[in-house]
Amino acid sequence: MERVVLHCDANSFYANCELVERPALRGLPFAVCGSTEERHGIVLAATKEAKAKGVKTAMVNWEARQWCPELITVPPNYQRYIYFSKRLRALYEQYTDRVEPFGLDECWLDITKPGVGPREGLRLADQLRGRVREELGLTISVGISFNKVFAKLGSDLRKPDASTLISRGNFRQKVWPLPVGKLLGVGERVRHNLAKRNIRTIGDLAIQSPQQMEAWIGKMGITLQRFAAGEDTSPVSRATEEAEVKSVGNSITSPQDMHTLKDAHCVLYAVADSVASRLREMEMRGKCVSLMVRDAEMRCFSAQKTLDHYTAQAEEMVPVAMELIKAKGLERHLPYRSLGLSMEMLQTDRQPVQTDMLGRSSRLEKLERLSQAVDEIHLRFGVRAIERGLALANPIYNTIIPRADHLVHPDGFMK
Amino acid sequence: MRERYSDKIYVSVVALTRPDGSVIPLQLIWPDGRQWEIDRVLDVRPGVARKAGGEGMRYLCRISGQQRELWCSQGQWFVEGEDFKD
Repeated sequence: MERVVLHCDANSFYANCELVERPALRGLPFAVCGSTEERHGIVLAATKEAKAKGVKTAMVNWEARQWCPELITVPPNYQRYIYFSKRLRALYEQYTDRVEPFGLDECWLDITKPGVGPREGLRLADQLRGRVREELGLTISVGISFNKVFAKLGSDLRKPDASTLISRGNFRQKVWPLPVGKLLGVGERVRHNLAKRNIRTIGDLAIQSPQQMEAWIGKMGITLQRFAAGEDTSPVSRATEEAEVKSVGNSITSPQDMHTLKDAHCVLYAVADSVASRLREMEMRGKCVSLMVRDAEMRCFSAQKTLDHYTAQAEEMVPVAMELIKAKGLERHLPYRSLGLSMEMLQTDRQPVQTDMLGRSSRLEKLERLSQAVDEIHLRFGVRAIERGLALANPIYNTIIPRADHLVHPDGFMK
Repeated sequence: MRERYSDKIYVSVVALTRPDGSVIPLQLIWPDGRQWEIDRVLDVRPGVARKAGGEGMRYLCRISGQQRELWCSQGQWFVEGEDFKD
């Protein structure tokens, strides 16, 4: 049976969630921005009126203001977005139990059923849009297709508040002329690589042989070629299957640039503490430390190292991250603007731990008991109740609020 | 011209909760103490308050012979102020 997959994408999600509460601002250029005072300031979401004036998502606040001086901004309220995200999902789940979220604002729905064809899919999509508009005051764009990749592409073609059907009959006309960068999984690097080989549209990619693609960009090349040709068969996971967490990470933009490695070390501890405590909260440990550095010119660098054991201790992550900074020569990019750290290759902390004879495991055990005690104190008396000595040594530490800016990342599509 | 937008007014509500969890508002109490009996609930469904902002379960009610809307959002009841101007 031919699948019918919908991809529902909430338009300017954060901005529209705010407008539900502030109807008087509808029709004005409006954006949700990180706070300027603490320099986190980038545009997180903008309405179409703001976009028409040149405001773009991820633009720095002051730049957005240059494009649009009358821009009305509000700080983000993640609780509200999570609430609306849940409401949207609850609505989708009235149609099917196969609802797979992709971030807060996007979901795939598999509505395949005997007697449901693409036409019926389109009708349901229109009905869904109407209900979201009437019941929640938001708008969604819906793509309808026979696989997830094309459904997502469809929801991107017309917005806001529109349905786009990409069927077996029309995908060559609708999808193939599009630039290859529109395809899910084609990032800037792959796009560049493909452009060198004169593959510019999705159609160009679809007609390549899988062998050729593998030779050019590896395993991923085969997958992308299949996506382009409409041969994606990945299932929409059921609502009951909790998405598996792939990584836990956090990043901090310090109020002042970090001018020395000492500053960076200090900020890293703040980041690592938040990552570690979240891992412990989830009863997980990670093995791969991934570091992200952004310098004052907004250039971004990253590096990873896999450890020989799993950990949820900041004391173990920070030295590895510092090592990475030195090994990759990132010192010469000082001063830094932000630092991020994430732990990947996770497993539950109920797995047995390999002991060794060098006393490392007993040291680890002590560390774990210590951080457990610290977690409890934080929980009962607040995060400022007990702090690292580092906090006294370097004033930069106190300007950071630990655990304040949790990031909500969509799970990776490529698994 | 009539203002398109109105105040969002949080009100007290006396309500009946049925065994199945559904809630029927019976009486509405304004912040200044004035009270209205709700004659009948005509329709219940999720909906947006377009004039005052906000969303939730929307109750279309008949109050003193007139149709009025009442919202319940995360346990709080509100109305659009414009509707209740004398």
